[in-house]
Amino acid sequence: MTAVLEVRNLRLWYGTARGSVRAVDGVSLEIAAGSVLGLVGESGCGKSTLGRGILGLLPEGARADGEVLYNGRNLVTMSPRDLRRLRGPDLGLIFQEPMTRLNPLMRIEDHFKETLEQHESKLTPKEVRRRSLDTLGRMGIPPTRFRQYPHEFSGGMRQRIMIALALVLHPSLLVADEPTTSLDVIVEAQILRILADLKENFETALLLITHNLGIVAEACDHVAVMYAGQIVEEGPARDVFADPKHPYSRELLRSTISLDTKELHSIPGAPPNLINPPSGCHFHPRCPDVMRVCPARDPIETSPGPDRRVLCWLHGPESEIPVGGDAPMEREQIAIAEEA
Amino acid sequence: MAATATVRLQRRTIGIRRALAPIAEARGMARSMLWAGTGLTLVFVLLAIFAPILSPYGFDQYQSGGHRFAQLAHPSHAHLFGTTVQSTDVLSRIVWGAQTELEVVGLALAFGLVVGVPLGLISGYFGGPFDRGAVLFMDAMFAFPPLLLAIVIAFLLGGSVSSGVLVAALAITITYIPQYFRVVRNHVISVREEPYVEAARALGAKPLTILRRYVFFNVVQNVPVIATLNAADAVLTLTALGFLGYGVQPTQGAEWGYDVSRAVSDAASGIWWTGLFPGLAIVLLVTGLTLLGEGLNETINPVLRRRSIRKVDFAAPSLEPASELLDP
Amino acid sequence: MGTQGSSLKRYAITRLALVVPMVFILLTLVFLLMRVAPGNPVSAALGGHAPPKVIKQISHQLGYDKPVYTQYAHYLGQIIRGNFGTTISDRRTVGSIILVNGAATLELTFFAMIVAGVVGLLIGLLSGRFRDSPIDAGGRLFGIVVYATPVFFLGLLAQLIFGVWLGWLPISDQASPITQALMQTHTNIFFVDAIIDGNWAALWDVVQHLILPATTLGIVYGGVFIRLIRVNVIRTMKEDYIEAARARGIRERSVVYHHAFRNALVPVITVVGLQLALLLGGAILTETEFNWPGIGHELYVYLQNRDYAAVQGIVVVFALVVVAASIVIDFANAFIDPRVRY
Repeated sequence: MTAVLEVRNLRLWYGTARGSVRAVDGVSLEIAAGSVLGLVGESGCGKSTLGRGILGLLPEGARADGEVLYNGRNLVTMSPRDLRRLRGPDLGLIFQEPMTRLNPLMRIEDHFKETLEQHESKLTPKEVRRRSLDTLGRMGIPPTRFRQYPHEFSGGMRQRIMIALALVLHPSLLVADEPTTSLDVIVEAQILRILADLKENFETALLLITHNLGIVAEACDHVAVMYAGQIVEEGPARDVFADPKHPYSRELLRSTISLDTKELHSIPGAPPNLINPPSGCHFHPRCPDVMRVCPARDPIETSPGPDRRVLCWLHGPESEIPVGGDAPMEREQIAIAEEA
Repeated sequence: MAATATVRLQRRTIGIRRALAPIAEARGMARSMLWAGTGLTLVFVLLAIFAPILSPYGFDQYQSGGHRFAQLAHPSHAHLFGTTVQSTDVLSRIVWGAQTELEVVGLALAFGLVVGVPLGLISGYFGGPFDRGAVLFMDAMFAFPPLLLAIVIAFLLGGSVSSGVLVAALAITITYIPQYFRVVRNHVISVREEPYVEAARALGAKPLTILRRYVFFNVVQNVPVIATLNAADAVLTLTALGFLGYGVQPTQGAEWGYDVSRAVSDAASGIWWTGLFPGLAIVLLVTGLTLLGEGLNETINPVLRRRSIRKVDFAAPSLEPASELLDP
Repeated sequence: MGTQGSSLKRYAITRLALVVPMVFILLTLVFLLMRVAPGNPVSAALGGHAPPKVIKQISHQLGYDKPVYTQYAHYLGQIIRGNFGTTISDRRTVGSIILVNGAATLELTFFAMIVAGVVGLLIGLLSGRFRDSPIDAGGRLFGIVVYATPVFFLGLLAQLIFGVWLGWLPISDQASPITQALMQTHTNIFFVDAIIDGNWAALWDVVQHLILPATTLGIVYGGVFIRLIRVNVIRTMKEDYIEAARARGIRERSVVYHHAFRNALVPVITVVGLQLALLLGGAILTETEFNWPGIGHELYVYLQNRDYAAVQGIVVVFALVVVAASIVIDFANAFIDPRVRY
C-alpha cells in the first residue's frame, strides 16, 4: 500500500511567555491511500496541533521542524503560497465545532462557489452548481437548502456541510479533528457513517482525531495513540484493541465504558505540562508499570508485532536498559524524582 | 479584629495586584500607549495642582506692577505664548485652564458613576418592569446628540446655578449616565447567568450580597476603561460648551474652549498664538486620556489582548535525565 | 426569497412598534426640560425690554398662560400634526427652519460623512489588517490624535492655514454673496441647486466654501470610524470561519476581503447610525465656527436670544432625526445580516 502522507520526526512548538510548549515532539506517521488512521489521546496531548500542523495551519509564534511528505514534497519547508494551493484540493480539514465555521453572512452556495472558483477556476457556474449539489446530496443536504444561510441549519447539518465543503474538491487526505464531539449521539453516528464511507465514495484517506475509542474501533483501520506530544503506540486498530502494548493504551482502553462495565476506571494524575514534560518516558509519573529506567532514559521505539510499534521500556530493547533498570519503581521515588 | 483587618488588607492587596497584573504584563504597543498616556495625563494633573506656583500670572490678570500688558502681543520672553485681545497672558490661561478642565471632568465622572452604575446594576440584576422602563428612558436619552443635550442643560441651568464648574459638570454628567447605565446593565445581565453567580444563588445568598460580592466586582473591572475614555470625551464636551459660551464663565476661570472661540476672530487677521496654544492643550490632554484608556482596554480586555510570545528555539537544551535514580 | 421578505416585514413591524413609546418619552423629556427653566420664556426671548402688556399678549397668543397639562397636550397634538412650533424672537416656524437651514446642514454633513468614510475605512481596515505593524501604529496614532482634536480647533487651524496664510479657500459662509444673490432656490441645498441650474461658476463657488468645513467635520468624525473598524477587523480575524476558510485554501486576499472585512463592517454600520448624533453635535460647532447657515448655527443664535420655543423645536427635530436614522440603519442591518431578522 502506498502512503498518501508521511510524517517524519515532526516537531511543532509554541512560543509562550513561560517557554516553548512542545505540543508535537518528534512524531512519525504514515497514512495509506484510502485508509482511515485514528489518532487518540487525552485532551491537551497535541492531537489537534498535529492535525492542523500537517496542513501548515499553525498559530502565531509556533514553529515547525521535521518533514511532512506529501507526494514527495516536504510541506514544512514549502512556500506558504504552494501550501495554500494544496489546502483544499489535496488536504482537507474539518473541525470540532461546526457552528462557527461557516461565514454567517454567506449563503451555503457562496461558500461552495468561493471554494471551487479558487481551486478550479476553469469550472463553469453550471458545473460549480452541479458539483456542489452532488456533494451536498451525498451528505444528505437537499438542493432546496443550497441558498440558505448557515444559521438556518442545525449543528449536525452544518458539520455535514463542512464535510461536503472539504470533499467537493476531492482531497486525497482529510483531517477530521474531533468532528463529532460537539454533536449529539444520533447525529454523531450519521457523521461517522459518512466518514467511514469516504474511501468508497471519494477514495479519500482520513486522519480521524478523537478521544473516543469507540469511534476508532468502529471506523479506523489503523490507530495511533498519542501522549504528551509523542506517538506512544501504533498499529492495526484490531490488534491494538485486542492486545495493547503500551501501558497508556491499556489504561485508556480500560477507561472506556461498555455494556459490561461494572466499575469506572480512570488513569490517576493529569496529562503533563508540555513546556517542561517529565523526563525519560513522559508517561512514567502515571504509569502503573513504571521501572527504574523509565524516568532516566528516553524510551526507544520497538516493534512488538507485525506492522506495530511502541515507545515503552517494557518492550526493550533489552540491550539499552542498564543493569537493575527493569526493577519496578515505588511511587515515593517518583514523587522525589518529580521534585528534583 | 486585628487579624480580620490584616486578612482583609491582604486580600485587598492581592486584589489590587491582580487588577494591576495586566498592566505589568502589557507588552508592545499597549505598553507604550499606557506609559505615554499616563505621562501626558500626569503633566496636566501636576499643572492643575501647582497652577498657583507654575503660572506666571492670574488667569484674568491683564496688568502687572501698575502697567497694562500689550494687547495681542507676539510670544516673547515676558509672555511665552503671547497675550490675548484682553491683554491676558495665554500661558497663564492654559495653566489655570488645566485646573478648570480637571475639576469639571472629575465632578462629572463622579456624578455619572454614582448615578449610572447603581442604576445599571439594579436594573440589570432584577429586571422586570423597572428595567424595561429604565432601558426605554435611557434609549430615549441616547437619541439626543450628547453635545446638544449638554448645551441645553447648561443653557437651562446657567440662569439658576451660579457656579460655572457645577453647571458644566452637571451638563456633562447627564450625557454620560445613559452610557454607564447601558454598559453596566448589559454586563450584569451576562454575569447574572454565570455558573458561579447561579451557584451563589442556589446556596441561598441574598440578592444584595450577590450583587455586591459577585456581580459588582466583575462589572466594575470595565469601569476604569470606560471612565478614562469618558474623561477624554468629557474634556471635549466641556471645551465645546466653552466654545459656545456655556458652562464656565470667563469671570470664573480659564477655559480652553472659550479661549479658542475668542481666537476665531483673531485667526482672520493671521494671529495664531491665541488659538493654537489652548487648542494644543486640549489635544494633548485628550490624547493622554485616550491613550491611557485604550492601553488599559487592550491589556484588560481579553479579546484585544495579545499574549506575549517568546521565540521557539528547537536547539534549547533537552531535559536532563534523572540518572542518579539508577544508582541505588 | 418569499420567506426572507416576510421575515423582514415582521422584523420591521416589531422594530417600529418599539419606537413609539421611545419617541413619546423623548418628546415628554424635551417638554419638561423647557418648562423646568426659570423665568417667562416670552420675556426672556424679547430681551426684557418689552412692556408687560405686550409680554402678556404674546404669552396668551402662544398659550403660555394655560395650565401645564393643557400646554403639554397641545404640544403633543401639534407635533403629531407635524407642527414643531414657532420661534418667539422672529416668529419663524420651525418647519421653515428645517427646510431652509436643514438643507445647509444636510449638505455639510453629507460631504463630511463621505470624508469620514474614506478616512475611516482606509486607515481602520489597514490598521486592523496589519496589526502591530508600523502602519497600525501610525494609523492608531492618527486616529487618537484626530479624535482628541476638537472640531472647532481643527477648523481654526484650517481657517488659519488654508484661508488666511495660503489664501486658497474661503473661511466662512455657504457661498459668496454674489452667488447667493444670483442662484435660484430649488432644494435649498446649494450644491444641488447649482447643478440643477447648470450654473458651473456657482457650483465651483459652493464647492470651495464646502471644502474646509466638510473636511474638518469629516476628519474628526473619521477618527471614530478608525478605532471602531480596526477593533472589529482584529476581532473578526480571530473568528473560527476565518481559520476554516484558510483550511480550504482560500487565498489570503480573499480571506481578508470577503470574510474579514465584510463581516467586520456589519457592526460598524450600526455604530455609524448611533454616531449620527455625534456628527450632528459636531455640526453645531462647525456651523458656528464657519458661519454656515445650518440648523446648528440657528440653534446657537436662538440660544443666544434665549428663545425657548425655537430651542425646543430644534431639539425635537434633532432627536427625531437620530431616531429615524437608527431605524433606517437597523433595517439596513437586517437586510445585510440574515441573523438579525430572527
